[in-house]
Amino acid sequence: MRAFTQHQGIVAPMDRSNVDTDMIIPKQFLKSIKRTGFGPNLFDELRYLDEGKPDQDCAGRPLNPDFVLNQDRYKNASVLLARANFGCGSSREHAPWALDDFGFRVIIAPSFADIFYNNCFKNGLLPIVLNEEVVDKLFKEAEANEGYQLTVDLEAKTVTTPSGESFGFDVDDFRRHCLLNGLDDIGVTLEDADTIRAYEEARRKTAPWLFNAGN
Amino acid sequence: MAGKTLYDKLWDDHLVKQRDDGSALIYIDRQLLHEVTSPQAFEGLRIAGRKPWRIDANIATPDHNVPTTDRDRGIDGIVDPVSRTQVETLDKNCDEFGILEFKIKDQRQGIVHVIGPEQGATLPGMSIVCGDSHTSTHGAFGCLAHGIGTSEVEHVLATQCLVQKKMKNMLVKVNGKLGAGVTGKDVVLAIIGKIGTAGGTGYAIEFGGEAIRGLSMEGRMTICNMAIEGGARVGMVAVDDTTIEYVKGRPFSPKGETWDKAVEYWRTLHSDDDAVFDKVVELDGTTIQPQVSWGTSPEMVTGVDGNVPDPAKEEDPIKREGIVRALKYMGLQPNQKITDIRLDRVFIGSCTNSRIEDLREAAAVVKGRKVASSLKQAMVVPGSGLVKAQAEQEGLDKIFIEAGLEWRDPGCSMCLAMNADKLGQGEHCASTSNRNFEGRQGFGGRTHLVSPAMAAAAAVTGHFVDVRELMH
Ligand code: SF4
Repeated sequence: MRAFTQHQGIVAPMDRSNVDTDMIIPKQFLKSIKRTGFGPNLFDELRYLDEGKPDQDCAGRPLNPDFVLNQDRYKNASVLLARANFGCGSSREHAPWALDDFGFRVIIAPSFADIFYNNCFKNGLLPIVLNEEVVDKLFKEAEANEGYQLTVDLEAKTVTTPSGESFGFDVDDFRRHCLLNGLDDIGVTLEDADTIRAYEEARRKTAPWLFNAGN
Repeated sequence: MAGKTLYDKLWDDHLVKQRDDGSALIYIDRQLLHEVTSPQAFEGLRIAGRKPWRIDANIATPDHNVPTTDRDRGIDGIVDPVSRTQVETLDKNCDEFGILEFKIKDQRQGIVHVIGPEQGATLPGMSIVCGDSHTSTHGAFGCLAHGIGTSEVEHVLATQCLVQKKMKNMLVKVNGKLGAGVTGKDVVLAIIGKIGTAGGTGYAIEFGGEAIRGLSMEGRMTICNMAIEGGARVGMVAVDDTTIEYVKGRPFSPKGETWDKAVEYWRTLHSDDDAVFDKVVELDGTTIQPQVSWGTSPEMVTGVDGNVPDPAKEEDPIKREGIVRALKYMGLQPNQKITDIRLDRVFIGSCTNSRIEDLREAAAVVKGRKVASSLKQAMVVPGSGLVKAQAEQEGLDKIFIEAGLEWRDPGCSMCLAMNADKLGQGEHCASTSNRNFEGRQGFGGRTHLVSPAMAAAAAVTGHFVDVRELMH
């Protein structure tokens, strides 16, 4: 997995709460058996005016001029600023894959849906929870200043604005450690293979029905 | 010391290792696999040269992409080549790794969350995962069941464990008895309407109270299924006689002495009387009306006797904006009566409401009636091949067909429209599924979430109507 230590990038403000995973990547694009190539279809139904199809060249499709990512100033954004309950809905990991493929590295919101939040960490994408007032302030600043950038430091757990104002954020130690070092968490778990085996053997005795292959 | 909640007990029983950093390794008893969220996980295993840890813990079936007609043609009946590749890839992966799969032509094929319980592959007290957020369904059996992402599917395949942090405990208590014509679906929609789509975020929810205890396993599954729409990855109901009765005699259920031993353990799967919850929400079950969603989020829901809200009356600016946007997308007017919403299609199916009891309830309403001529389509999609067979044995298929509904083959179908079944732009659909997000059932489609009985009532009248008016 790609490690994440620090990132500085342009902020795109997406002013809408409850952005769901169907919105992030609509279902017709879930048919791919790969992890990459979802970027052009990120927010497909909001971004384009026509109905998107899998394996289509998106270059000639009519863009929705009102959608934030279609504005020139946000074209190279890598920090997504969002509202409450971002990523609600399905467990599709295609959502973080699409955000990543588009070029996002950080998503900041007052709250995230659990499964989406968790999926981000597996893909080198950092979801940051900041309180409502701070997010509001960042929205105002990002909208008012073209080229507005934020600097995120995972080691220090801070988000810093261009004027030098800094906000701390919380993140689990385990997730932070994996992300900072780009660790493969299957590898980390397998270091405990003996403990898993011992648990399994004990369970086989106390709850044998859990190991029944059916008939 | 305070007693334990059901979630605490399930957690403790599956804890392999508590790590210093607050995370924990949780053992997974059962993983269900389907074609959409597994290909990249199998690919990951291959690239890393890893083998599945415990093959017999996994069961697979294709459901999201399968067509609901023309099924005797098997995989060749899938017209869309991309969908076909995905189903073929699941077959190939299961064959290669030796994983039990109910393939497209197997009568046991169906929506993962229907077949697990049906096979007894979902047993009380198990930890269950699937690369699908509605895995919470299995919590109806007193299971610790989570939806997970594809990287975690790979993690469970490779290690039989999941890295987790313990969630907080929430109790949603529905007091009193439900009125006639009020179902599990109405209860869960009312709960989501009350707590909001993020109300359960970070919590494992246990559903309890007299109304929940009085429900069948089908009704409880419907409620746990939609825990995720209330933001909670995990929804649970304590084990009781109803649970044990349901599990008995199924193909994967224990037999003989092991059965007795299992039942003894299962009887402990309830929250202790003195258990402490981080949050308790109570609802009066006697006042819950049949529900209809009017917006583009499951929390945008009201009783069938209600009206579409007026954004001008909403004080919170973010919420107001959300209502305005939803009404525009849904093509509805503020204050419009719910019963004045006219429908184009009706969909009865999905992992929320495609089990035998759901089909019985819908059939009872349409029996002897006809689908309104203003509708373009009304379809019934059973949750599995076995549900379909059971329904046909009871003659439900004939009731539906005579009334003018289409009787289809099992799969996810129009719940998310990955196959050919979808809504056209601007069409209103009464749907027994779980998500009314924009575009969920087709580009520009407008979904109204309801119970099977309410969907059936809408099918025969062409608009929403309180199903209780048709029950006399
Ligand atoms: S029926 Fe719908 S919600 Fe359920 S698993 Fe299938 S697509 Fe997901």
